[in-house]
Amino acid sequence: MTSIAKPQIPLLPLERNQLGLTIRDYSGSMSTLCAGCGHDSVTAAIQEALWGLSIPPYQVAKLSGIGCSSKTPQYFDSAAVGFNSVHGRMAAVASGAAAANRGLVVVGVSGDGDSLSIGLGNLAHAIRRNVRMLYVIANNGVYGLTKGQFSASADIGSRSRKGEPNLLPPVDPMLLGLSLGATFLARGFSGDKAQLVPILKAGLSHGGFALVDVISPCVQFNDHEGSTKSFRYVREHELQDIDADIIPVRGQIHSEQTPGSLTEVELHDGSRVLFRAVPEGYDPTDRVRVGSYLVESARQGEIATGLLYLDETTPDMHQVSATTEERLWDLPFQRLCPGSAELAKFQARLR
Amino acid sequence: MAELAPRRTLVPIPVTNVEDPSYFHKVVDCQWACPAHTDVPQYIRLIGQGRYGDAYLLNRKSNVFPGILGRTCDRPCEPACRRGRVDGDAVAICRLKRVASDLREDVGWGLPRAAEARNGKRVACVGAGPASLTVANDLMPLGYEVTIFERQQLPGGLMRTNIPAFRLPAKVLDEEIAVILDMGVDIRYGTEISSMRELLQMGYDAVFVGSGAPRGKELELPGRHDEVGETHIHIGIDWLESIAFGHVNKVGRRVLIIGVGNTAMDCCRSSRRLGGEDIRVMARRPRQYFKASPWELEDAEEEGVQIVVNHAPRRFIVEDGRLVGIEFDQVEWDEGAVHSRTVGTVRIDCDDVILAIGQENAFPWIERDLPLEFTSPQLAAVDELTMQATIPGVFFGGDAAFGAKNIIWAVEHGHQAAISIHNHCQGVPVAERPAQTMRLTSRKMGLTQWSYHNDYNPHGRQEMARVDLRRRFERLNLEVELGFGPDETAREVQRCLNCDIQTEFQAPLCIECDACIDVCPVRCLTIVRPDWADEDELRARLNAPAENRSQAIYVSEALPQTGRVMVKDENLCVHCGLCAERCPTAAWDMARFELGIPYAGRPAEVG
Repeated sequence: MTSIAKPQIPLLPLERNQLGLTIRDYSGSMSTLCAGCGHDSVTAAIQEALWGLSIPPYQVAKLSGIGCSSKTPQYFDSAAVGFNSVHGRMAAVASGAAAANRGLVVVGVSGDGDSLSIGLGNLAHAIRRNVRMLYVIANNGVYGLTKGQFSASADIGSRSRKGEPNLLPPVDPMLLGLSLGATFLARGFSGDKAQLVPILKAGLSHGGFALVDVISPCVQFNDHEGSTKSFRYVREHELQDIDADIIPVRGQIHSEQTPGSLTEVELHDGSRVLFRAVPEGYDPTDRVRVGSYLVESARQGEIATGLLYLDETTPDMHQVSATTEERLWDLPFQRLCPGSAELAKFQARLR
Repeated sequence: MAELAPRRTLVPIPVTNVEDPSYFHKVVDCQWACPAHTDVPQYIRLIGQGRYGDAYLLNRKSNVFPGILGRTCDRPCEPACRRGRVDGDAVAICRLKRVASDLREDVGWGLPRAAEARNGKRVACVGAGPASLTVANDLMPLGYEVTIFERQQLPGGLMRTNIPAFRLPAKVLDEEIAVILDMGVDIRYGTEISSMRELLQMGYDAVFVGSGAPRGKELELPGRHDEVGETHIHIGIDWLESIAFGHVNKVGRRVLIIGVGNTAMDCCRSSRRLGGEDIRVMARRPRQYFKASPWELEDAEEEGVQIVVNHAPRRFIVEDGRLVGIEFDQVEWDEGAVHSRTVGTVRIDCDDVILAIGQENAFPWIERDLPLEFTSPQLAAVDELTMQATIPGVFFGGDAAFGAKNIIWAVEHGHQAAISIHNHCQGVPVAERPAQTMRLTSRKMGLTQWSYHNDYNPHGRQEMARVDLRRRFERLNLEVELGFGPDETAREVQRCLNCDIQTEFQAPLCIECDACIDVCPVRCLTIVRPDWADEDELRARLNAPAENRSQAIYVSEALPQTGRVMVKDENLCVHCGLCAERCPTAAWDMARFELGIPYAGRPAEVG
């Protein structure tokens, strides 16, 4: 627990976004995670992205499951609606929220345990449904809350703090997503907000399920020699090949010169992502090539980061279900529930 | 995308040297701004703990007259206060100093004492004002025999003669001066030094001139000398002195004060107490160019004094040998108030005029054929560091040195002159100054426990209670300000931002987790690649651009993992300690900074 309070004195004028709000208007309560936890940087990046896109704080739904990472929604955007679900069930609750109110900006924060172990099934089906949401996995390869056991994302050979090697293969959420038809896959590092914030902004503007895997070191149980998810290891093995910057719909277009080939992709809400890919011929919309790139870089022991895969053509959950443009929760009960006569008619069709 | 900029020739900015006492000292804005470098945050903390005596003694160590200064200081600390930059209202530092003085218990144990054995050296001081008294304060404990020559019958210099008793009661003045004189200072009242040559021949080992800037400026306009008999045109500082010694006890109904410095404020408020009813302070320039401190202007206006701007005196109107008014040019100023043009004239009738347009040094008693050089007809050549004139062993201080300043500068001059006198008498070159020292001590007490409070009081500055206006003018020496009570004191001490609790950074421990950067409420921290062109570019590239050039930028050594550097803008930091609280490796620590200040015969020590 922290003993020092956030200063309550008025501070110097901070920069304001299009809504006239400062970054402080997107803050939450004081973090109670361990000092130096990567998750706090993820929180700060989410806050920065929401502020930068001028999303009204009250329009956000922030959801999580169980775990260290799942505590973080408490630490940003106090004006948002929030939901702490049962362990691993955040994706299901988020799907429900997105179904009921398509006007919400749904932000889910989960961890490698919550998403890749107990909640893997829920995550898989939310990806398949292409629920429109930003799904952040704060990935540290360890169960911090239960004192440092390997998680499902720990690499083979990665050592625990006591020196035991991990023997089981990791679940790579990027490859998993690719195999399930994910439409937005990105990986970032909590220690590099210059890259992470644009990724989160792109994810928030994406027209479907945006899965962002953030390597977020656990300072307590997984930041030692022999760990493959420590600050030092990630810095030494990170491949920052695929660079992306988002141009918001109403924002100015960047005019600064960028070397190398640029690929431009328009997002659902009209904003555009500019890719700068260093590997020759890397195409973030080519699922096969992206897959082989990911497998290859993992085999080399490298961590590919950036906006890795993007598909803006696949319809999202509402489009697939042909739901009304209105928010379901705005509909009067009579329209939402046509009554038992209609139900009987519908069932008769299936007999 | 930031890495895409082409690489250029780089001018490395040196890693900040925090071992230099002046680096962290400068971060403590109030202490840095104070000529005597009073440890303000610590004495405020002591007041908060109810340790008024300790707070008083901490003050006294550097500024010698806490009770006097707590009422009359020019407060260079307050415009510098960080709190002023944060929400516009500086901490009421000066008033808290008065609290320490008002509420102190017996502090006799901590006051200086004369040495038991004299060291055989004799020092002569001219004038018993704050500068000479400070010299005596510093030298008596070392065994010096100090003689002060004072032309008046009472000590204090301008503190007694020019500051009205309703601002500074005689009791406070007498008490603090007595501490010094009672060490056995040989003070000769009613003794005016009329010849420097004779003084030098009297065999003193050193001479200190602390005789002030005793001559009020004249306003030579038509009619100035046309009065017959008793004059109604007074020189401000002389007039105040006459009031202080009881020679003047009334003034006409209508009074005009020419000038808007602090002396003018004392003159108009004194007029109000001597029978003046229609009192106007006449200023040539617009209000933002006044010399008087804003609080002194407010005090005068509260007492019904009118402040009239853009009036330049043209002539004194004397009828039948008696002053009846002044004719003024009404002027308009351009932007910046550099040039004016006259737009009309106006006559304002009055019974008395008080001239308060500044004061000058005057040394009619210093023979100009001595090897004591002058830089102007009024000012002797005095070294700013050593306070020594061009005759070895002759020192100047206070207003006598460089013209009219204020009490706190006089005290600091006294301290420096005392060091020089001690050097001079011990055969050490006067330019050999003892060094300042520093100490940093961690405030960390446990995992998340700190021995200081960062929970600031968000409220505005506390108002000072004053004597009711209906009663205020009953007696000339009725002190107007009542001092802070316990409630105001408790609230005001919590407004301090603890600038002396420094953010100390150990680059080798940093793992660049960004925790400090994420939690910093003012975004004053940035980790950057050391590839900026110059300091301007560095300042522009920070998370929050560092626009206040008067405040330092801290640059760490290269961080172990990436070779980037931690940069901190000292201007924005509110010393809340969240960086240290959220740092997993204790690379950041909150450590109290203490400045060790050397005094004569006492090397710098902390604690």
